[in-house]
Amino acid sequence: MSDAISVTGLFKSFGRTKALDGLDLHVKTGEVHGFLGPNGAGKSTTIRILLGLLRADGGTASLLGGDPWRDATTLHRRLAYVPGDVNLWPTLTGGEVIDLLGRLRGGLDPKRRAELLDRFDLDPRKKGRSYSKGNRQKVALVAALASDVELLVLDEPTSGLDPLMEEVFRDCVAEERRGGRTVLLSSHILAEVEALCDRVSIIRGGRTVETGTLAELRHLTRTSVSAELAGPVDGVAAMPGVYDLVADGNRLTCEVDTARLDELLRRLTTVGVRSLTSQPPTLEQLFLRHYEADRPAVSA
Amino acid sequence: MTAVAAPAPVARGTGLVGTGALVRLALRRDRVMLPVWLGVQFLLAAGSASSVKGLYATDASREAFAATAGNNPATVAMYGPSTDLATLGGLATWKLGVYGAALLALMSIFTLVRHTRGDEEPGRLELVCAGVVGRYAALTAGVIVALAANLVAVPVVGVGLMSGGIAASGAFAFGFAVAAAGFVFTGIAAVTAQLTEASRAANGMAAATLAAAYLLRAVGDTTHQVSFLSWISPLGWTLQVRAFAAHPHFWVLGLALVATAVLLTTGYALSGHRDIGAGLVPPRPGPAVGGPLLRSPLALAWRLSRGLLLGWAVAFVAVSAALGSVAAGIADFASTAQVRDMITKLGGEQNLVDAYLSFAMSAAGILAAVYATQTVLRLRTEETSLRAEPLLATRVGRIRWAASHLAVAAVGVVGLLALGGVVAGLAHGLRTHDVGGQVPRLLAAGLVQAPAALLVAAIAMFLIGVLPRLSTAAWAVLGAFLLLGEFGGLFKLNQRVLDVSPFTHTPRLPGADVTATPIVALLLVAVVLTAAGLIGLRRRDIG
Repeated sequence: MSDAISVTGLFKSFGRTKALDGLDLHVKTGEVHGFLGPNGAGKSTTIRILLGLLRADGGTASLLGGDPWRDATTLHRRLAYVPGDVNLWPTLTGGEVIDLLGRLRGGLDPKRRAELLDRFDLDPRKKGRSYSKGNRQKVALVAALASDVELLVLDEPTSGLDPLMEEVFRDCVAEERRGGRTVLLSSHILAEVEALCDRVSIIRGGRTVETGTLAELRHLTRTSVSAELAGPVDGVAAMPGVYDLVADGNRLTCEVDTARLDELLRRLTTVGVRSLTSQPPTLEQLFLRHYEADRPAVSA
Repeated sequence: MTAVAAPAPVARGTGLVGTGALVRLALRRDRVMLPVWLGVQFLLAAGSASSVKGLYATDASREAFAATAGNNPATVAMYGPSTDLATLGGLATWKLGVYGAALLALMSIFTLVRHTRGDEEPGRLELVCAGVVGRYAALTAGVIVALAANLVAVPVVGVGLMSGGIAASGAFAFGFAVAAAGFVFTGIAAVTAQLTEASRAANGMAAATLAAAYLLRAVGDTTHQVSFLSWISPLGWTLQVRAFAAHPHFWVLGLALVATAVLLTTGYALSGHRDIGAGLVPPRPGPAVGGPLLRSPLALAWRLSRGLLLGWAVAFVAVSAALGSVAAGIADFASTAQVRDMITKLGGEQNLVDAYLSFAMSAAGILAAVYATQTVLRLRTEETSLRAEPLLATRVGRIRWAASHLAVAAVGVVGLLALGGVVAGLAHGLRTHDVGGQVPRLLAAGLVQAPAALLVAAIAMFLIGVLPRLSTAAWAVLGAFLLLGEFGGLFKLNQRVLDVSPFTHTPRLPGADVTATPIVALLLVAVVLTAAGLIGLRRRDIG
């Protein structure tokens, strides 16, 4: 399958601030791709470059087979965008904004529009300035989801939504995927990413640090091990890939690089294992490990 | 205040908690703008005084000037009554009175709205008011800063005039007279800031009041039958103080203080009766679907700007009708035989009326430029408030987006000037029984102002495209053009410097000859600047 989004070695600075520092991002056609990273990692900058709003200083970016800067308006017919910070025109109603944005994208399906308004429980007759943050977000979501496009670019689309509406959003994205659409989903809500995304890219400091399916990422990271042994064991602390070791008599807990799990178990069985629990890393641990810039060890 | 836990709402007095901190915050944010406003006051005062001293050193020369310019209704309409032109100070401050007062009024309006509604609209004030900050603290801080800036203006203007050789007593009396206008408009802004949810509208309403005040005194000062109009205008009060007369009317300052107190009380009362973030008019639900025409960036630009344009149209009709209907009686203004003789030598009454109408139309040209700047700068506001982003993520290109707002600005400029010309022509024609002749004359006089106003709009577009962070400097450019036109001659600036302002090149219609060269040249420069701005916009980052 071809890539809907293909970004290689992207650079962008604002004055002396380096926003992107050789970022890579590959989103396959038809997948839901999670785009993760701490605040200020460069997610929104990347998205704005993909939308042709910013010009990259270096690297290559291609979107739906075109150049996001040069072919901006032709590409925009085929995508819909939900910004993380939705600001509406104070004097226009939500319904007017939905119709305007939809028409400027090349038309929207009135039946789908009505259905989405109903599902998101949004009153389209209110003026832009009287909507709450969550409701402004819904206006942008309805406008994007009601358009017939190939690619959805969603920048933290659920910020400000209540849990009920987050659920509706998840259902909608799942439907979009079944409909064969590609989705780039920038998010901090890990449960949302876990439920929706086929693959994820984690970025930090303007660089991609990890990319792949969730299963692949889990494999690359650490497992928590807690064991009760027949007797005390030596030398575990010195083993490569073992972190946060706590040995208390016959009890032992530690974190281990998943690739080194074998070695650790072999060492433990030499003393005799009474009980053993080993947990794959939770998604939270996965993220914390990447979000915390300079900490070599991950606290459990 | 004691924090007695009483259930009764005896929290009176706590409404001002935190005012001190907010005043410091306001001063910190205004540390550049306020000195600039006051610096301009100083330069205008010092420049006017020293140049008048050089030009009109003798009593005889001043009396000669008073006899001519002081009896010309067009100049009196622009600058006010010419009662004290024989004194050095009176002559030096003739132009300065109205313009100095208007500048201080604008400073007061912008300062007050910035620290009240300007913080409230985007939700910053909510953050502040959730702290230990009283209900009236923000309004009070804005009022204190605006009034204090006006008080500082008194010695600034006074010392400025004294540096040009004007006696201290008159110089300071004049300083108080201009600051009085700043006081009153602080009060007016304190009221308009309560009325709507948008700071833009609050600024607009207060500025419209300022324009109305200017107009009232222009008509009142030139038409004996309605001279009371000068007395209901705060700008009129500045002039009525007569700082350089033998016995200045200091009691007029009391009038300004009373008006300020009444306006501030109204502002506080309105503020106490509304929710934070809200205006006085509750929002009503609107249409659930977009109308069939709302399908292009042009339709959106029109939708966003039409309220502003409508407001300006009403203002243009009012100004043109008022100035047009008094034009025919303007010759009565010059009452003495000696002056009549002079007028005849200068080309007769017809010339006098035409000069007056030409003044009215050039004022319309400047107002049209203000409208155009507001409309074009909306592009930048749309961009910085992130509203342009979702729009530009559709198939709408940047050029088309910008062109939509430019089109609304250009059509608005031409429409407003045509409207002003036709209404002035009708009003003047009805009094002179020459509707058929005057309407086309004044329509032409209005339309000939358009190139200069469009050039100002083009400067704003150029800044947005090429120097986006300095977009609001478009206002400074317009202000500089205005000051060049009013004070350039007085300061004996080189003609090349005066030529920088597009308004210098606008033919003085009706009455003068029209040549195509300046009109074509202005339009050409406007096109080039617009094109450069659009190219810059296409190349740069958005946001």
